[in-house]
Amino acid sequence: MGIEDIYTQIIAEKSRSIANRHHLDAPTDVVAGKNPTCGDEITLEIDRDSSTIKDISFVGSGCAISQASTSMMIDLVRGKTIPEARRAIEEFHAMITEGELTDETMATLQDACALSGVSHMPARVKCAVLPWHTLAHALDEAEGKNAPSTH
Amino acid sequence: MSTTSGSAASHLATREEIIAEFGILSQRSDEGKRLVYLDNGATTQRPDYVIEAVSDFYRTMNANPHRGIYTLAEKATEAYDSAHGTVARFINAGDAGEVVFTRNASESLNLIAYSWGAANLRPGDRIVITIAEHHSNLVPWQQVAARTGATLSYLYLDAHGDVTDEEVDRVIDEHTKLVAVTHVSNVLGTTPPIAHIVEAAHGKGALVVLDAAQSVPHLKVDVRALDVDFAAFSGHKMYSPFGIGVLYGRRELLESMPPFLTGGDMIEEVTEQGATWAELPSKYEAGTQNAGGAVGLAAAIEWIGSMGGVEHFGDLERETMDYLYHALSQMPHITIYGDADAAHRHGVVSFNVDDVHSHDIASILAADNVCIRAGHHCAQPLLHYLGISACARASIAVYNTHEDVDDLIESLSKTRGLLGYGN
Repeated sequence: MGIEDIYTQIIAEKSRSIANRHHLDAPTDVVAGKNPTCGDEITLEIDRDSSTIKDISFVGSGCAISQASTSMMIDLVRGKTIPEARRAIEEFHAMITEGELTDETMATLQDACALSGVSHMPARVKCAVLPWHTLAHALDEAEGKNAPSTH
Repeated sequence: MSTTSGSAASHLATREEIIAEFGILSQRSDEGKRLVYLDNGATTQRPDYVIEAVSDFYRTMNANPHRGIYTLAEKATEAYDSAHGTVARFINAGDAGEVVFTRNASESLNLIAYSWGAANLRPGDRIVITIAEHHSNLVPWQQVAARTGATLSYLYLDAHGDVTDEEVDRVIDEHTKLVAVTHVSNVLGTTPPIAHIVEAAHGKGALVVLDAAQSVPHLKVDVRALDVDFAAFSGHKMYSPFGIGVLYGRRELLESMPPFLTGGDMIEEVTEQGATWAELPSKYEAGTQNAGGAVGLAAAIEWIGSMGGVEHFGDLERETMDYLYHALSQMPHITIYGDADAAHRHGVVSFNVDDVHSHDIASILAADNVCIRAGHHCAQPLLHYLGISACARASIAVYNTHEDVDDLIESLSKTRGLLGYGN
């Protein structure tokens, strides 16, 4: 695998894209993610109800892989149900850590499959998974908030 | 001690002769690309002479130093103890007792902060460091300041990235008890005005700690000529194994300070309720030590001497640094940090490429088997002061060549294009 298979045209484009890089008017959740060793920083802003991610955006800075991954994840999960978003997170994680690129993965992740080559770059895995971990964390927190009180 | 051909006689070795000492430098990547190792600020490579010396220790004289009374243990003890003397001569310490082996520069600096700091710092006292310190010469002082009520003050840089004499005179005052400064910045490659700092600190009755981790492979570190009270460095940044470091301290300081770690081999006598301490340097070397590492460090010092010495290495590196700095500064879309005079840089040049994050630079270079460092370089306050979150760093050692620089530049020239920016 050559470096041009990692830094593909779509990664270059998505890393520079400003389409998803903005604040939401009234986010229900604002969650920050950070890679302390390399300084990638993103904050996801989510507008959701109990079942669906109605809108999602981000602000932040970092390497091309973290920024492209964030933008592609947002394209993928916007409008999706929370279980669908969780499944995408799991698929992405499996693709990056195990290098699996099945038909099912491609159907689920679509453009985000462009990051599959990162599985060959162990030092960059954390850059690619940052937004997905951050989203998972946001959904976990949201579930905690939504859970009926037992007290 | 084993000897290998080429390392026996002392002469001013050519760069080609030096390169031949490093087996690892002839390795190629799976794609057949030559190894371009420009991350020497993180750790240097080790010459085969050092690797053989460590192997030879374990193969022919391995026993626990200072314990057994059989021949093998005597050999191990002799090798370990004589390594102190070799280091003492290398840095011109007063005697071998002033050389304490630690794991690395960080441990050495923590030792000073805990042992000297806890016993001597009071509320209102001031510790002074530069804004260019590595976290290893910064966080221990934050911690000891928090524990003792002392304050931590900084020497800041001018527009050229240098600490001026005026800044030194402004900050070091009668409350200052300790000044801890890097000899060479691991990000900027520049050296603060050590002589002036020592004069100012001693004039106020303060001690000076020199972090020599980045200078010791490039510059002669003569602790008595520099007149510092403590010095710290790591073996692995000067052609030695991982896990061996040095603390130098003036004898009267090391004798008056309490020990850092306590336990085996650092005692004179132990009773049920008390203990007295061993002579220097054993007082600060609790527990079984990294004898193989110490032997490797001593071998590296012998090897450096046999190749012409640190000053000769500095001369060879300056020539490479001039070429590197000039080539980088000719590239479009490059920002270089720190002093523009390449002669003021020791081993290090840090930079950014417009629009490209340094981790992407490092990954793209890695694909060409060009090894550099990217990120905050364990100097976050400095990067914050410079107004950046990360940068790329190329750091050279004595074996780096113009060809290495050419390969770096060629690979760097691809970065913007790959990320969709124009050249």
